[in-house]
Amino acid sequence: MNVNQISVFLENRPGSLLAMVRVLAEKGVDMRAFSLAETSEFGIARVIVRDVEAASAVLREAGYVHSVTPLIAAAIPDTPGGLEQTLSALNDAGVNVEYMYAFVGSRQEGAYMVFRVTDNDKACEALSGAGVRLVSQEELEQ
Amino acid sequence: MERYYQPEIETASREQLTAWQNERLVRQVKHVWDNVPYYRKKMEEKGLTPDDIRGVEDLGKLPFLSKADLREAYPYGLLAEPLKNCVRIQSTSGTTGKRVVAFYTQADIDLWEDCCARAIVAAGGSDEDVCQVSYGYGLFTGGPGLNGGSHKVGCLTIPTSSGNTERQIMFIRDLNATILCCTPSYAAYIAETMKEMGLTPDEIPLKAGIFGAEAWSEEMRRDVEKTLGIKAFDIYGLTELSGPGVSFECSAQTGMHINEDHFIAEVIDPETGEVLPDGEQGELVFTSITKQAFPLLRYRTRDICTLSHEKCPCGRTHVKMSKPRGRTDDMLIIRGVNVFPSQVETVLLNLGYGANYQLVVDRVNHTDTLDVLVEMTPEMFTDNLGEVSRRQKQIVEGLRSMLGLTAKVTLVAPKSIARSEGKAVRVIDRRKI
Ligand SMILES: [Zn+2]
Repeated sequence: MNVNQISVFLENRPGSLLAMVRVLAEKGVDMRAFSLAETSEFGIARVIVRDVEAASAVLREAGYVHSVTPLIAAAIPDTPGGLEQTLSALNDAGVNVEYMYAFVGSRQEGAYMVFRVTDNDKACEALSGAGVRLVSQEELEQ
Repeated sequence: MERYYQPEIETASREQLTAWQNERLVRQVKHVWDNVPYYRKKMEEKGLTPDDIRGVEDLGKLPFLSKADLREAYPYGLLAEPLKNCVRIQSTSGTTGKRVVAFYTQADIDLWEDCCARAIVAAGGSDEDVCQVSYGYGLFTGGPGLNGGSHKVGCLTIPTSSGNTERQIMFIRDLNATILCCTPSYAAYIAETMKEMGLTPDEIPLKAGIFGAEAWSEEMRRDVEKTLGIKAFDIYGLTELSGPGVSFECSAQTGMHINEDHFIAEVIDPETGEVLPDGEQGELVFTSITKQAFPLLRYRTRDICTLSHEKCPCGRTHVKMSKPRGRTDDMLIIRGVNVFPSQVETVLLNLGYGANYQLVVDRVNHTDTLDVLVEMTPEMFTDNLGEVSRRQKQIVEGLRSMLGLTAKVTLVAPKSIARSEGKAVRVIDRRKI
């Protein structure tokens, strides 16, 4: 149960992020989540989209270096301690989180969270075991 | 056992080589003085007559010839024989300005083909071999030179010329070609194609390759040797001097023996023109002492290399030159260190990246700075920021050990480095000196 994240290389200069977002918008790519990681020299835009293949083709066409990585996405219970419960399940299973970010889920469930972890299978197992609902790419495509 | 095409020449003693060079140089200077007014004028400007040149020790008195002279003298200005004695021309690809046209008498063709034959035998070739010449034929010297050399050795010669890679591979396999002559990049392309066809090195009959006419790295040699299952030999030459075969590699693969019975080599400081000792890096200069139609005296090649008179295990006694490190036109002096774009390229290729880069040199607070822009490639990219940073630092480290100075490495978007006529602009020097 994974979602596919697209990571895009960006130069760290004014306008480069906007240019990429514009390319996606012009081609009608529907973004579900967006996160930016950067150093003083370059950045990596991380995007979750409805249609991964279409978005990847748009980026390729526009000359962007990018990669597709399967990540774990989970619906975080909208209750105090919801995130804590999720993270401790991963921690207990010995799964390290490299990075994570939130995005808006459905009205009933509140926030979704994506996790880049060392071991996707182990993470899935741990979260399911802790009663956390996992979100699949298919679900995002609906 | 090591075999030679002309053993008495290739293994001659230093005394013998010097004796040949003395006699031939004196004769050649007189030939040029008598027949090439362009060079005679240059000698007269220095107050020289042929009597001043009594042997190799006087070579340093002679004026240099450069590419600019060749352009100025185009087409007949450096010709030293009546046209009726000439049987061929070859010409350089001429990236800038006029082409260089070199003339040959039959004797000039013979000595050139002898040089190529020496290279083929040094690569293990004999009349038992099938030699496929996949260099271009025509005005370019690669095809005709190796073709002639292959005939002299007695190899069955397949004159495929370049291109049509599938047909190249078909001939190699169907006719059991054992020696392949082409540019190193074409060899790499053939190797790549064979790999895609699922051929393993033992299904390829080739045993040796003679690759030249462009710069290539040791890494590229190892790659091609592995994929084709061959030993790859370097060969060096210039149309201005004859073509491929001015120098060639032997089984030791540690530099190329210069055919000293035909060409006298010097390495000079490109700034001052001063002759440098063995082992010191500088510009390679050649004097052709046997060529009749187009004899160049002290011709500056613009190639940067070193010379070595150390004893070679192959038994050949002729001086060896290192693989050229770059061209004088490309050389940058940064914080007193000589830097060639080709060195940056080697570092990138070593790390498995493409060769899309640009050197930006500037001077900040009286100190030179070097910024190397590297175009991001899918191989270099991951979604992990730390990992990309680590790869970037790896390039900085690689450059430090190759160049001996610290460069800043900036990762830039693909195809963002300016190109001019399809070629990336390698150097931007913003220093105002
Ligand atoms: Zn040798």
